[in-house]
Amino acid sequence: MVKWRGKLLSGSYLGLILLFFYLPIIIMIVFSFNSSRSLTIWNGFSLEWYEKLFHSEDMMQAVINTFSIAILATAISTVVGTLTAVGLSKSKRILRECVLALNDLPMLNPDIVTAIGLMLFFTSLRIEKGYVTMLLAHIAFCIPYVILSVLPKLRTLDPNLAEAAMDLGATPWQALMKVIIPQIIPAVISGALIAFTMSLDDFVISYFVTGNGVSNISILVYTMSKRINPTINALSTILVVMITVVLILINVVPLLRKKEGVAK
Amino acid sequence: MRKIIEFHNIVKEFDGQLILRGINLDIYENEFVTLLGPSGCGKTTLLRILGGFLEQTQGEVYFDGIEISKVPAYKREINTVFQKYALFPHMDVYDNIAFGLKIKKQSKDIIRQKVEKMLKLVGLEGYDHRPITTLSGGQQQRVAIARALVNEPMVLLLDEPLGALDLKLRKEMQIELKKIQKEVGITFIYVTHDQEEALTMSDKIVVMNDGEIQQIGSPTDVYNEPENEFVAKFIGESNIIPGVMLDDYRVVFHDKEFECVDYGFDDNEEVDIVIRPEDLDIVTTDIGKLHGVVKSITFKGVHYEIEVETDLMTFKVHTTDNSEIGKEVGLHFFPEDIHVMSKMRAY
Repeated sequence: MVKWRGKLLSGSYLGLILLFFYLPIIIMIVFSFNSSRSLTIWNGFSLEWYEKLFHSEDMMQAVINTFSIAILATAISTVVGTLTAVGLSKSKRILRECVLALNDLPMLNPDIVTAIGLMLFFTSLRIEKGYVTMLLAHIAFCIPYVILSVLPKLRTLDPNLAEAAMDLGATPWQALMKVIIPQIIPAVISGALIAFTMSLDDFVISYFVTGNGVSNISILVYTMSKRINPTINALSTILVVMITVVLILINVVPLLRKKEGVAK
Repeated sequence: MRKIIEFHNIVKEFDGQLILRGINLDIYENEFVTLLGPSGCGKTTLLRILGGFLEQTQGEVYFDGIEISKVPAYKREINTVFQKYALFPHMDVYDNIAFGLKIKKQSKDIIRQKVEKMLKLVGLEGYDHRPITTLSGGQQQRVAIARALVNEPMVLLLDEPLGALDLKLRKEMQIELKKIQKEVGITFIYVTHDQEEALTMSDKIVVMNDGEIQQIGSPTDVYNEPENEFVAKFIGESNIIPGVMLDDYRVVFHDKEFECVDYGFDDNEEVDIVIRPEDLDIVTTDIGKLHGVVKSITFKGVHYEIEVETDLMTFKVHTTDNSEIGKEVGLHFFPEDIHVMSKMRAY
């Protein structure tokens, strides 16, 4: 009896949390198919807002900007961050501690401080703000996350691994590519994923370092949110669907691969 | 025999601390050389300088007659078996062993042949495609040796490679390593702090302490004729007694004069006398050269370790015959059991 009641209690607790997380998203998705402009009253099914979305040049440009910046920033920050982490793992302790402390700072800092700092930096150097400044800013704030993800993994490696590779005739570069990177690849991938999501949903920093009408999805949504416009719902729905698909792939593919491996 | 490695006055300083204080050492072809010493004595540092992973502060390293201090590790014809093996966990046994050959871009057929030969040498036939993580410590050790030897180096460096194995496996691997060394016929430079390991395997032992070489010699030399107190204490157990060398073949210690086989010391030079516990015999008081009382008896398996207290000091005796605590006994030894050493200079 007690056991049964406990199960019910924990089940409903979990259900409430999930509801709290997902109800807003579900409402948003439902109203993206609403045939009227209202965000509260259901008037019937239509794809009107999706049509508007794909015909809106502003919106499509923002989507392209968001994804191209996210992909570029992820790629560059992953390479730079990984190399930095490898270098730090071989550095003297004092240097490593100092760089790590500096590395933590931008992550602990409120975004607004980083944003204003970067804005002042670009302005004082008279760099014209736009796509490139936004990309540079994204690379800058992604690198610490990659370092933070990769460095702990490097520390678990046998310290003689790179030496062993060089002992067997590998150049330092070959030792890195053939021995070290394969060992830390899971940490590199998780660092890259964090960087990608950080870049994808950044608003504050992007807002301050962009110019010339270059905007990403967050900035566009912010500027549109003053007026009711369900195309935002449509855009958000597409993003949710995409992320869900990616998540399913990430979780299912390794399982399938494992099954294949067992079958072998 | 050809000289293959020469260390000339190697000094290594690390954060203001002297790790090596001027090492001079020659190593010849086909030798099994052991660098023996307590941890922190600089033996691993010397090995890493030779491997190309550290640069000495002063001095030169010659390899086959050529100075190699500026040659990077990957260009040296030296391979290393690391302390914790440092195998590549993302590769199977075959790929680990083939790594060096693949880097040198040898053909697939040759690589296969050489790897198979190595697997046979270390007794791991059929383990080609086992993941490294499924191997036992002893098997990983063998893979590490095969991975180094497959490159046919002129010198193999081994950094305490048996440290992580259990006693029985360690003894087996000692014999096997010696066998492998004879089979491939190259120089092995072996670092260990285990004196028994050094005595079992080496052609030449280099005893090191505090960044300096204490003695270089064959296992029997180092054991029977230790040059100073450190060597005598570090290698095997010993009774060390202060004494005075009267002249050749005559020595005074324990307030008595004895005949010995040592010569070449200054007259009345102060010396240390070493008598190994297994060279002492417990006899009756009437024939003993020294007299004492049995203080303790410890059973050690093959022998008893008996402490005999004389009026001046306590002697350690290893004997297969038991005795009784409190019994008055005599200690007997022959002139050749007395090893005379110069006093170690004070640091």
